[in-house]
Amino acid sequence: MDLTLQVWRQAGPNAPGRLVDYPVKDISPDMSFLEMLDIVNEGLNAQGIEPIAFDHDCREGICGMCGLMINGLAHGPQLGTATCQLHMRKFKDGDTIVIEPWKAAGFPIVRDLAVDRSTFDRIIEAGGFITVPTGSASDANLTLVPKEVADWSMDAAACIGCGACVAACPNSAAQLFTAAKIAHLSLLPQGQPERWTRVEAMVDKMEEFFGSCTNHGECETACPKEISIDFIALMNKDYMKAKFKNRRLVSQTG
Amino acid sequence: MAVTESPAKGRRRFWLLDLYGSAVGKKWAMALSGIGLLGFVVAHMIGNLHMYEGAAEMNEYGEYLRIIGGPILPHTVFLWLIRLPLLAAFLIHIHAAYALTITNNHATIDKYKQPREWLAASYASRTMRWSGVIVLLFVAWHLADLTLGWVNPDFISGEPFHNTVVSLSNVGIAALYIVANIALGMHIFHGAWSLFQSIGVNNPRFNRWRRWFAQALATVIVIGNISFPVMILTGVVG
Ligand code: HEM
Ligand code: SF4
Ligand code: FES
Repeated sequence: MDLTLQVWRQAGPNAPGRLVDYPVKDISPDMSFLEMLDIVNEGLNAQGIEPIAFDHDCREGICGMCGLMINGLAHGPQLGTATCQLHMRKFKDGDTIVIEPWKAAGFPIVRDLAVDRSTFDRIIEAGGFITVPTGSASDANLTLVPKEVADWSMDAAACIGCGACVAACPNSAAQLFTAAKIAHLSLLPQGQPERWTRVEAMVDKMEEFFGSCTNHGECETACPKEISIDFIALMNKDYMKAKFKNRRLVSQTG
Repeated sequence: MAVTESPAKGRRRFWLLDLYGSAVGKKWAMALSGIGLLGFVVAHMIGNLHMYEGAAEMNEYGEYLRIIGGPILPHTVFLWLIRLPLLAAFLIHIHAAYALTITNNHATIDKYKQPREWLAASYASRTMRWSGVIVLLFVAWHLADLTLGWVNPDFISGEPFHNTVVSLSNVGIAALYIVANIALGMHIFHGAWSLFQSIGVNNPRFNRWRRWFAQALATVIVIGNISFPVMILTGVVG
């Protein structure tokens, strides 16, 4: 396959950026999108041009490092997968492919296609944890969790923190990420002690960096793990409850 | 290092103000005020169907709105008990919309060069600010036209049937009403679905119905409201 890439090049966080054209030849349809970029970078290296910086790690859709805006779609045209799981057979010979980094004020660009997502870490630090008793591990079935609840919590826990939800959102809102990270703990018995402080702290931290949700639903379709916006509704409900809850009675209500 | 720190600690503000201070809280305010406005829009449309019964019935309905609660409540007091909370809801709705728009403009300083391909966002959801502003301007005109009579030279106080007919017989004004109500319909199309999400009313048992509900509500409101200028222009009512 012969393609034309239009890639966002930016030398550093404060440098001006622009789209640069790169004609590429002899790409196999069996290559993954990131392998294709590797080939392009080898070519650039050989010509003495600075290779294109992009993030990646596991290349199997579990680490959340990769993430590119491909032809106006977060993680490209294939739904429910990360950029590393996208293959060149999804494109046609002669296609022009526009590749941009995630763009949001909360994700400053480091270089080219690589962005700094440490604002997500700040949100997790604010409340994305539970208190566990130290000492020897408790018996596995000591705390019973209904199967449906465990499944639903697991659906939220599938979030890999890639940031596609923010990138796809017209408001650069981080609601889907934050809601997933709240829900996978708050749905389980083990997450109850911090349920109300968690939602307050994580939402407040999120709002320091990101926009406000207008329920477009773009995040849900962009998410490589197909996380549901139902979790956002749960977060909104819990946030309001957290504000007026009598915390001395916290164990009384769900 | 991580210590559970209660953000509630040392909180002095009244909890509702505290809630409104956040973007999530502002969406709560938009949704709840939106529900109030929706209730008004529905009641307003249904009440105006009295236009089809003729001048006497319509004018009687207008007067009835002013004497509800009498003789315990003096004339128009009940009407003001409806109007003031509505005005408050309108102001809260607009303030929250304005504040969140500013927040979002700060959060989206970088724009993509390649136009986005929308998969879920609808035309209605992406134009809420514009449809909202159109509705706001229209409401101002509408009050000046049919409530206060400032822009209606033939306005007669207490005769809503006459006032409506003279105003909407003008093609330009009728067109204004039609365009504004299409904007309102688009606003409701997204808003009446979105509000459930904002206040966390979410249950797999009825989530399918939310889309249906918003579509039905928008359709009924638009058809009902647009029927008045259309029927007056075509001479069916008048
Ligand atoms: C009769 C008049 C109106 C009705 C019935 C109405 C109704 C609604 C509803 C139900 C929502 C959804 C709230 C949510 O998502 O939680 C909404 C959102 C919104 N409204 Fe209105 N509204 C009206 C007038 C206005 C006006 C005058 C403006 C602006 C100047 C406005 C601007 C907005 C905006 C920007 C949103 C946000 C969209 C979003 O975040 O989803 N609205 N409206
Ligand atoms: S919610 Fe989905 S899109 Fe957002 S960070 Fe998690 S995995 Fe990525
Ligand atoms: S490289 Fe790990 S998810 Fe794509």
